Amino acid sequence: MSHTTTPDATDNHNGHKDHEDHDSHHGPHVVPFSMLFTIFAILIVLTFATVGATYVQLGDFNLALALAIAVVKAALVCLYFMHLRWDSPFNGLVLVASFAFVALFIGFALMDSKAYTPEVDAAAVEMIQSDAEAAGQ
Amino acid sequence: MTQVTDSHTDDHTGHAGHDDHEHHGPPHLAHHFETPEQQLSSAKLGMWVFLATEILMFGGLFCAYSVWRGNHPEVFAYAHTALNKDFGFINTIFLITSSFTMAWAVRTAQLGRTKATFILMGLTLLGGCGFLVVKTFEYKAKWDHHLFVGDLNEHHPDYVAPAEAAHGEADGDHGAVDEHATIEQTAADHGAADHGTSDASVEVAGETTGETAGEIVGGAERTSIALAPDGPAGVVADWMVAPVIAGETADAGHADDHAADGTDEHGAHGEAAADAGHADAHGGGHGDGHSVSKEIVPLKDRQKIHQFFQIYFLMTGLHTFHVLVGMGVIAWLMFCKVPKGIFGPGYYTPIDLVGLYWHLVDLIWIFLFPLLYLIH
Repeated sequence: MSHTTTPDATDNHNGHKDHEDHDSHHGPHVVPFSMLFTIFAILIVLTFATVGATYVQLGDFNLALALAIAVVKAALVCLYFMHLRWDSPFNGLVLVASFAFVALFIGFALMDSKAYTPEVDAAAVEMIQSDAEAAGQ
Repeated sequence: MTQVTDSHTDDHTGHAGHDDHEHHGPPHLAHHFETPEQQLSSAKLGMWVFLATEILMFGGLFCAYSVWRGNHPEVFAYAHTALNKDFGFINTIFLITSSFTMAWAVRTAQLGRTKATFILMGLTLLGGCGFLVVKTFEYKAKWDHHLFVGDLNEHHPDYVAPAEAAHGEADGDHGAVDEHATIEQTAADHGAADHGTSDASVEVAGETTGETAGEIVGGAERTSIALAPDGPAGVVADWMVAPVIAGETADAGHADDHAADGTDEHGAHGEAAADAGHADAHGGGHGDGHSVSKEIVPLKDRQKIHQFFQIYFLMTGLHTFHVLVGMGVIAWLMFCKVPKGIFGPGYYTPIDLVGLYWHLVDLIWIFLFPLLYLIH
């Protein structure tokens, strides 16, 4: 890393002047306490909401609602507690990409997961019968 | 910001003698970084990539969960009633609160308020401890109720009732066992489980309140199995005993097989279980809205109930391991680094990074809680 051979070092140097001015106003980004506490309060309220939602009969929508609340909570944790709102967007991209790949993984697995149900069920019934015979002897 | 300017000046002068790394800037600035900002953003990116791999690792378990739940929704609906919702809720509060104190600790580290950072990290650590204590109670209850992994789970086809352990229990704790038997009898006689009494008996057995009727029925069944004579009759697993359901011919056949065992206790037990199941199905109104009898699980799937507990223990176990690791790193930073007063506006990277890790642990629990404890 020599300043004489790398032109970007010069850029860096020039850029640094601006950056310095910028930084002198802000320093590291510190999340205000009031904001942290507000997010904390919202997370607690949503936790009560997710428990309360189980007492309401919504059929399949119960799962969707529970997951929706979880996603909102996760987003709040990521954006504020984990600072992503003010971070380099690339960090957020890494996170979103990992979730996207998990979704792909689960999605494709679910598409195929019922394919072997008849065989599995047949094996289970066979097992029950042979065990019952063994117990009956 | 003077620090940065200094570092840059040093950078220039030091470059004539490149070998001299010592004159490169603040002590925490590694020689391959231009500025502390660059170093921090690189460290953060590295941490985020690590967190992404963590998410992918848990993704495998969430995938197993999704496939199993998709194929056997009744198994999950029934088996999850063995989990204590209150414990899960308390643990969620513990983790969210400790996440909040951790985010606050990062803030104080950025402001150079060393003492506040120390205290807040201590509170975070306490939150982790609270989580672990509750988790210990939960795992202990599963162990006591024979709902552990593999063939240590009473729903496993190869489950063997621990005969000598049961004897010990019966000797040492006669009252509790008798009470269980009484509950079962009551359920059989009156066709309705008395929730209040059941709770009391469960407490005697070392559990806290808030258990659901499903588990109490299970507990009563277990007791009668444990009281059965040793030998093959004692090996009869739950899923084979229970199938006395009106309208299922295959089940009736099994009940006959079972009665042919010769043990009256078992015959009576099968009926009791069926009656209790009916009471649950028709009585309803247990207050918590989660009373689920085993009869909702098709006979062919009853031996799969134990697999819910495999998934439960794997997911929560791996998560708990992460809590332990996070607590270790927090304790190390808190006791070995923070008191030195090295953290401030110019350098707070380690606090920031362990914070990210701790928040991820919270994040995963935010999904685990509704998916495992709040199945509808």
